[in-house]
Amino acid sequence: MTELLLKEYTATSCIGHGRAATLQALRGRRGGLSPCTFETAAIDTWTGEVSGIDAEQLPAALKQFDCRNNRLAQLGLRQDGFADAVAQSVGRWGRRRVGVFLGTSTSGILQTELAYRRRDPATGALPDDFDYMGSQNSFSVADFVRRALGLEGPAIVVCSACSSSAKVFGSARRMLDADLIDAAVVGGVDSLCLTTLYGFHALQLTSRGPCKPFDAARDGISISEAAAFALLERLPDSLDADAVRLLGVGESSDAYHMSSPQPEGLGARAAMLAALDAAGLSPGDIDYINLHGTGTLSNDSAESRAVAAVFGDATAGSSTKGATGHALGAAGALEAVICSIALQNEFAPAGINTKTIDPALGIQYLVENRPGRIARVLSNSFGFGGTNCSLVLGRAG
Amino acid sequence: MVKLVAQVEGIGLLGPGLDGWTSSTALLEGRAPYIPQATVLSTPDGLPPAERRRLGRVVKLALGVGLQATSKAGADPATLAAVFASSGGDGQNCHEICQALSLDERLISPTRFHNSVHNAAAGYWSIATGSRAASNAVSAYDASFAAGLLEAVTQVVVDQTRVLLVAYDAEYPPPLFVKRPIPEAFGVALVLAPVGRPSEASLGRLTLSFSDSPADRMRDAALESLRASIPAARSLPLLYQLAVQRRAVVNIDYLDGRSVAVEVDPCA
Repeated sequence: MTELLLKEYTATSCIGHGRAATLQALRGRRGGLSPCTFETAAIDTWTGEVSGIDAEQLPAALKQFDCRNNRLAQLGLRQDGFADAVAQSVGRWGRRRVGVFLGTSTSGILQTELAYRRRDPATGALPDDFDYMGSQNSFSVADFVRRALGLEGPAIVVCSACSSSAKVFGSARRMLDADLIDAAVVGGVDSLCLTTLYGFHALQLTSRGPCKPFDAARDGISISEAAAFALLERLPDSLDADAVRLLGVGESSDAYHMSSPQPEGLGARAAMLAALDAAGLSPGDIDYINLHGTGTLSNDSAESRAVAAVFGDATAGSSTKGATGHALGAAGALEAVICSIALQNEFAPAGINTKTIDPALGIQYLVENRPGRIARVLSNSFGFGGTNCSLVLGRAG
Repeated sequence: MVKLVAQVEGIGLLGPGLDGWTSSTALLEGRAPYIPQATVLSTPDGLPPAERRRLGRVVKLALGVGLQATSKAGADPATLAAVFASSGGDGQNCHEICQALSLDERLISPTRFHNSVHNAAAGYWSIATGSRAASNAVSAYDASFAAGLLEAVTQVVVDQTRVLLVAYDAEYPPPLFVKRPIPEAFGVALVLAPVGRPSEASLGRLTLSFSDSPADRMRDAALESLRASIPAARSLPLLYQLAVQRRAVVNIDYLDGRSVAVEVDPCA
């Protein structure tokens, strides 16, 4: 595929607002998970809540979009001058030539959950102030972001569970390749809600402590939230050495089960191979793998088999979900930004919380940060319904 | 700019009073009266018994039209990349979850939870057909059909591959219905292929561009009401042109009051 430039990128998660805070947390091996105190949830688990969402105020003209997910989107857009970078692209290319491609799994469903508690006791009607289009609507986050940034190009929300905001890179690169747009705002925004907390709990997939991916004693995921964005453009004539490029996107389906990965990791393997193929690279060219690594027994087992089949034990990998938790529909974009930070700052980030690497998972798992220049990385994102996406990112020089 | 062009090799259609593409063309053309009736959905083959029991109407709808289209195209569904476009997925399932969460016990069944993902139809499709090909699950609210068509045709052109587009929406129950008044199940599927490859199944050629024109409407009042009330039914003006097999440009609802213009060239 045609390589693209991540002209700007930013992430806001439970480990920090913006790139500098995220880098600092990763370097210091600091996680952002804490015992779940979200809303009225009474579940014995840990979550990764982003600070400052409640204080975020949407502009008066966009009040219709007020919900936790869009507040988080706005908080994310304000970091690292991201909105300004988009404004520059608009100035150069025109507002109709900048597309928006965002991933989310639950959008503003929290608003609906809260509205159901306030139904009219006599009629069952939802309260007047509940706005479906501005909140629960799967597209609401892209609608909000394009209005907030003044964009009029093509837009779509990818809503494929936990692969959502990795797959947006695929949709955006196709539209750039087709010359329908000159720049793309890609990313993911997903926020805490009761549906995912109680849903994953019902599946017995929520960890009782902070999640510990690839640990022999791992017991599930720590649900979190995040907003992560990247501005994609075609490569300019010259690039700084530490500029980050999107080199490959690979997608596949499991054809196996709605909520369990194919045990041999066949779908995951296909996605990784497709991403390498799109990038014109072989496994040996990859210096670090950001694993999907949710911390469930089945994901980490299937993923390690897939990674071992493609890379053997030659390539180091880690799951940064020990630090950030699992931001579900925002995880793909969050981890693409974490990979970009790692490429730029010359280190492979550790997976934290993991004490005893499961000996059954035969891959090279990093529990300490590994300093040194890494040139190319691969990031995995897999989701319910057996949807898989792998991204390959690389330094310019 | 690359020409956004694809050939239609198969069509699937289910909706109120619409049961399959072949039997619906006369209704769309106005050669027979269109009489809205409840959408009839059946459980598709190919799924293990446990999965069959878990299907909601939305998934039956999406799989139903998808299988119609691939069968009409003579295409092996396991080999096709797919784009599933739906405004909001399964409203009934969402209602059940929000209702359960508003009670003290907050009991959600695992099945109800995994069926709540927007990509449930894509997941069941992959399981039912054995397809390991890439699939996408997208939404653009009322513009979901045009956005899905754009996504699918872009993929056809850029990756030179056949893509199945499935656009579908089903009724929202009360009290959500008041906030999102989608009254019935409507689904359409198109097997889209790169032009230039010989195909006996070609039903027409589509060329897409952006337009400032408003969307076209249906002349028949009942069909227009259907078009306006269900996002996936925004496809009806395009389906009309494919049925009458005349060269024309149709405008389909997109974002900001703009539309995606589709130039339809008949198969002949």
